[in-house]
Amino acid sequence: MAELQLKSVEKTYGSGFKAVHGIDLTVGEGEFMVLVGPSGCAKSTTLRMIAGLETITGGEIRIGDRVVNDIVPGKRGIAMVFQNYALYPHMKVKNNLSFGLRLKRRPKAEIDDATQDVSKVLEIEELLERLPKQLSGGQAQRVAVGRALIKHPEVFLFDEPLSNLDAKLRAYMRVRITDLHKRLKAEGRPATVVYVTHDQVEAMTMGDRICVMREGHIMQVADPATLYERPANAFVAGFIGMPEMNIVDAVLMTNRVPHITIGDQTIQVDEGLGERLSETTGPVKFGIRPQHLELCPPGTENALSGTVTTVEFLGHEINLHIGIHGQIFVAVVPSDHLTAIPKRGDAVALKPIGHRIHLFDRYSEENISLAGL
Amino acid sequence: MTASFDLNPQNLLSTSEPATAMEIKLRRRGRISSAMRYSVLLIFGLIMLYPLIWLIGASFKTNSEIFASPSFWPKDPTLSGYIKGWETSTPYTFGRFFWNTFLIITPKVIGTAISCTLVAYGFARFDFPGKRILFMTVIATLLLPNVVTRIPQYLLFRDIGWLDSFLPLWVPSAVAGDAFFVFMLIQFLRAIPRDMEEAARVDGANTLQTLFYIVVPMLMPAIVSVCLFQFMWTMNDFLGPLIYLSSIDKYPVSLALKLSIDTTEAFDWNQILAMSVLALAPSLTVFFIAQKYFIEGISTGGVKG
Repeated sequence: MAELQLKSVEKTYGSGFKAVHGIDLTVGEGEFMVLVGPSGCAKSTTLRMIAGLETITGGEIRIGDRVVNDIVPGKRGIAMVFQNYALYPHMKVKNNLSFGLRLKRRPKAEIDDATQDVSKVLEIEELLERLPKQLSGGQAQRVAVGRALIKHPEVFLFDEPLSNLDAKLRAYMRVRITDLHKRLKAEGRPATVVYVTHDQVEAMTMGDRICVMREGHIMQVADPATLYERPANAFVAGFIGMPEMNIVDAVLMTNRVPHITIGDQTIQVDEGLGERLSETTGPVKFGIRPQHLELCPPGTENALSGTVTTVEFLGHEINLHIGIHGQIFVAVVPSDHLTAIPKRGDAVALKPIGHRIHLFDRYSEENISLAGL
Repeated sequence: MTASFDLNPQNLLSTSEPATAMEIKLRRRGRISSAMRYSVLLIFGLIMLYPLIWLIGASFKTNSEIFASPSFWPKDPTLSGYIKGWETSTPYTFGRFFWNTFLIITPKVIGTAISCTLVAYGFARFDFPGKRILFMTVIATLLLPNVVTRIPQYLLFRDIGWLDSFLPLWVPSAVAGDAFFVFMLIQFLRAIPRDMEEAARVDGANTLQTLFYIVVPMLMPAIVSVCLFQFMWTMNDFLGPLIYLSSIDKYPVSLALKLSIDTTEAFDWNQILAMSVLALAPSLTVFFIAQKYFIEGISTGGVKG
């Protein structure tokens, strides 16, 4: 197992399109790093560059103490699990598993042992004689993981491996993969993992740390809690969390009583936050997660008044879409606490929980409310 | 008046209820229409097949009977056409000509399969300078009539000194000279996802190992088709051997058939027909053996989309 380092890695295609803009990332030994971002953010390209399936046009990739820029994929000490599993359709499962070892001309006994070992770990022993087309999605997925595991690579690469599974199986495999990672760590052979996904649930539940990407730039690298509590910028704030964080234009006034004006409504901000931002006055972006808005009767002080436009009943909670000055705020309200479910057209007020407010620079979109923390 | 529709699927599917007059009428109409369709197909099928059936029948007739009756069934069947035809009017038996055909076809088919796969793999999977122009050239030669290149090719092979040998028949195919096959394999390869090849590269396979262990097995149905086409076209090729081969001991079946027409004044039609039937046999056999590869879609199943 080894540390993986990306130093100002760039990718420019022949057409002149720059997909990756000099990213720096270090994945520690045995760490589970998730690359997440919307489609087109170059997360898969980054993974493929680490694998060696894509050339890099600038910077340096290190696995352990080797620079692997010009080393072919097979010699980088990596193993990869593909989105489509990419099992060899004409080979039985056992031959799929052992293909890499057979290419290296390892002794037959060693290959057999390794195949047995891996199939035991992944519980695919009874599938060894089958062809890939005789496997279900979940089974094929496990074989694909097995094919990576058998090589004892220094770095595991996963390219959206669960996106072809149905929701239930996806949740199950998610746990299986994280369990496997923990088990390998406990057995003293920790696996360095880079896992690409567009699904923030996978990212939040699986990653030791998460790297949020956007258009070939890294927006933030942090553990899941930090990413949620202290997003570095409006993009990360909007990307992590369901439903999305409400982010609207506002004006921050820090003279005398610090307050924020949204449209013609004003709410006071935390004193702590006001003090930290005493230098900043002017246009900002105001952000608050739907879970951090309290539903109040209209006219409540320090709350934003508006009208209900949509009610989404989810059982344990309700997503309320509330129009405030032409902008829609989403609030998640636990349904147990409500005496009556608000209806479309009802006048309500939303009170942001003070210390949960985020303020972003209007132009750079950096999170300025983190300043001084 | 109100009409009610019973949309309960169980009722729609049930057959236990007595059929109404309408249903009986519809069923009868369906039966009549399919009977008509099948008879039309059968008639046209027979018309198409009749020459072949006649050929087989006539090969057992005597020479005098062949033109006497249009029926395909011989009155007094004889094997003399086969026996005499096999002996031929040359010092060689027809076995020699079959052997020559085999000697031409085997290296040609193998060479085509290997060279076209390599070239198609290159075009379909790699980027290299001049790829577009080279590919356009391949397509352009596809559109070029064969006849146009005959004379320059003949002169070329004459200068090299390959005339009256099998080399002019083998070599162009062994260097992927058949643009059609290259094009066919490229199209097939484009439909196969690259993931498996990338997985093989991550597993440590080099380019040729990837081609051999991963691409070729997935490409097998297409390669079999290529071999089959090349086999049948070479078997039927008359012009190629006619131009390049001059000694009778090197003649393939296609030339030998013509030979028996040339050498005698009164044609022994039954011998020619008998040998034609034999000449058809390899193509038909190979076709039926290889047919299942067309059906077998080996490339599906490895990737779920």
